[in-house]
Amino acid sequence: MERTVNSPSQGFEVRRATRASKLAVLGLLLAAVVIASMPYWAGRDTLRDFTQIAAYLLFAMMWNLLAGYGGMVSIGQQAFFGIGGYAMLVLANFCGVSPFLAVPLGAGLAMLVAVPVSRIAFRLEGGYFAVGTWVIAEVFRLSVANVSALGGGSGTSLTALQGIPRSTRESLTLWLALAAVAGGIALLYWFLRARPGLALTAMRDNAAAASSQGVDVRRARLVVYLVAAGGTAFAGGLYFLGNLRISPDAAFSVNWTAFGIFIVLIGGLGTLEGPIIGALIFFLLNKFLSDYGTWYLIGLGIVAIVVALFFPQGIWGYLSRRFGLQLFPVGRRLVFGDPAPQSPAPAGRLPDSASVARSARDAA
Amino acid sequence: MTTLINILVQGVLLGALYALFAMGQSLVFGVMRLTNIAHGDFIVLLVFVLFALTAMAHLPLMAALVLLVAIAFAAGYALQYVLLNRVSSRDPLPSLMVTFGLSIVIQNVLQELFSADPRAIATGGFESQGVLLPGGINVGYLPLLTLLATVAVTFALQWLFGRTALGRAFRATSDDRETVQLVGVSHRRTYALAMAIAFVLIAVAAALYATRTAVSPSDGPALLLYAFEAVIIGGMGSFWGTFLGGMALGVAQQAGFYFDPGWGIWLGHVMFLAVLVARPQGLLPKTA
Repeated sequence: MERTVNSPSQGFEVRRATRASKLAVLGLLLAAVVIASMPYWAGRDTLRDFTQIAAYLLFAMMWNLLAGYGGMVSIGQQAFFGIGGYAMLVLANFCGVSPFLAVPLGAGLAMLVAVPVSRIAFRLEGGYFAVGTWVIAEVFRLSVANVSALGGGSGTSLTALQGIPRSTRESLTLWLALAAVAGGIALLYWFLRARPGLALTAMRDNAAAASSQGVDVRRARLVVYLVAAGGTAFAGGLYFLGNLRISPDAAFSVNWTAFGIFIVLIGGLGTLEGPIIGALIFFLLNKFLSDYGTWYLIGLGIVAIVVALFFPQGIWGYLSRRFGLQLFPVGRRLVFGDPAPQSPAPAGRLPDSASVARSARDAA
Repeated sequence: MTTLINILVQGVLLGALYALFAMGQSLVFGVMRLTNIAHGDFIVLLVFVLFALTAMAHLPLMAALVLLVAIAFAAGYALQYVLLNRVSSRDPLPSLMVTFGLSIVIQNVLQELFSADPRAIATGGFESQGVLLPGGINVGYLPLLTLLATVAVTFALQWLFGRTALGRAFRATSDDRETVQLVGVSHRRTYALAMAIAFVLIAVAAALYATRTAVSPSDGPALLLYAFEAVIIGGMGSFWGTFLGGMALGVAQQAGFYFDPGWGIWLGHVMFLAVLVARPQGLLPKTA
């Protein structure tokens, strides 16, 4: 394979887009326009629903980036979700910043917090990293619960929005949610197609091999961790902007990560399409079945176990393998000119990404 | 001065319970390298099994304890053999997912069956008796019994791993599970036995814990974090390390509780993170 690729006598080109991917981008742009116009025709509940889906989706995309591409399985992402929520509230309630501006500012603050946090969390690996991040999230939860200015354990309300008319508030929240989701997808798509993404997939598949090919594994991990922290905090700020009330137990609940993991696993780990499908499914389940309380959660738990055991590739992983579909192709596909045979299209997980990373490095 | 000694004494007694929680986790880490997210929920599950045996089936406490240990052994063996062996690989994600799912299922099934009310095991007043040391330091018999149990369990595990054929199989499987198959050791059965023993330790911890305090179905995750912290503070793969790790966590929490009840658990977590930064290999890293 390697020799064929490097042989100049073969006519070939590297293709990155597929017909499905061009259609998908078109479809998403169309959907974005429809959603953006929602305040003019849809009901209040629909606007609220979309904001919630957006928060779940953003959270799940960031967890997917961390675990599915960065190889860092965390159970502590609720730390940044909560920090995003509380940072937004503090900036809006106490510093007079517009709440809509406070959400991205809170995300930036969370990235700053993530720098020292990463130094502690990166001492652990694999399963230990997962539980260690959970401890860190608990430290944040208990710290906030002890601050009486923030309402302590019972939480507080977002009062900064009182002067803004309800319809304006709801429209602005929706547009912010839409911008967050669109920006998140675009950022991840660009990031994973560019050199850092290539280094990342190489690192995920085999950190030692990637390192030997000149990938700075420590730096790549840190960048992914910080981006995921910022995105997750954005989701938190957004969620509590729509919710108007926050408490430490709600903001730093491990359930956020549990739901995020569920969304990513159901949809397909390590794909960009997976979390989008997973978030829609999760949202529908949540909307129609959450009245069943404990039975609903028991069902989610069993589904998670069954998926992890028997369908580790998730729904999108199955579909893309079955039908060769790729809406967001991040890999490179070699197409040979006649009479060379067609090379099989690599799926999202490149089997030999370390060597691809090397060729990319040599080319650069 | 008395206050300081009291914090130390109560901390060590509390830490003994945490160390006992952690022994099963330490064993599972050591043999399978499995991060068991449902560890705390297994403790809570066995508490409710014991509660069902004593308060609902009206068995005498001693008979119920013997039955509990037998149930725990069988449940641990079956769980590992049927379910967890499928996901015990180098990739941490599948095992994390499955145990995370189990954790959610156990919490909600218990809540459905027993409601969210906290339950305790009645021992006829034993839990409140104790001895008053000079200086007003009160040492309860139950915490003392817990400490003795923890010391005994630590000795037993150290002996099992160091001196027996089973322990040798555990260590060999942990080092290289492909090679042990060449000498006729089934890693699946070895893993299942390790989980069965871990469940017996969990049963002991559950009995002592439920006698000491009331337990509710959602308490599992907190217990998991304490057990995990004790293992990491002590240094992975060393049972005496885990013992010391539990003590350190207990003393830190007790000191925090003394200053302000809201900061006790917090100080324990922060002490754990501080150890992680200052001494990531733990207090007593594995030498054997």
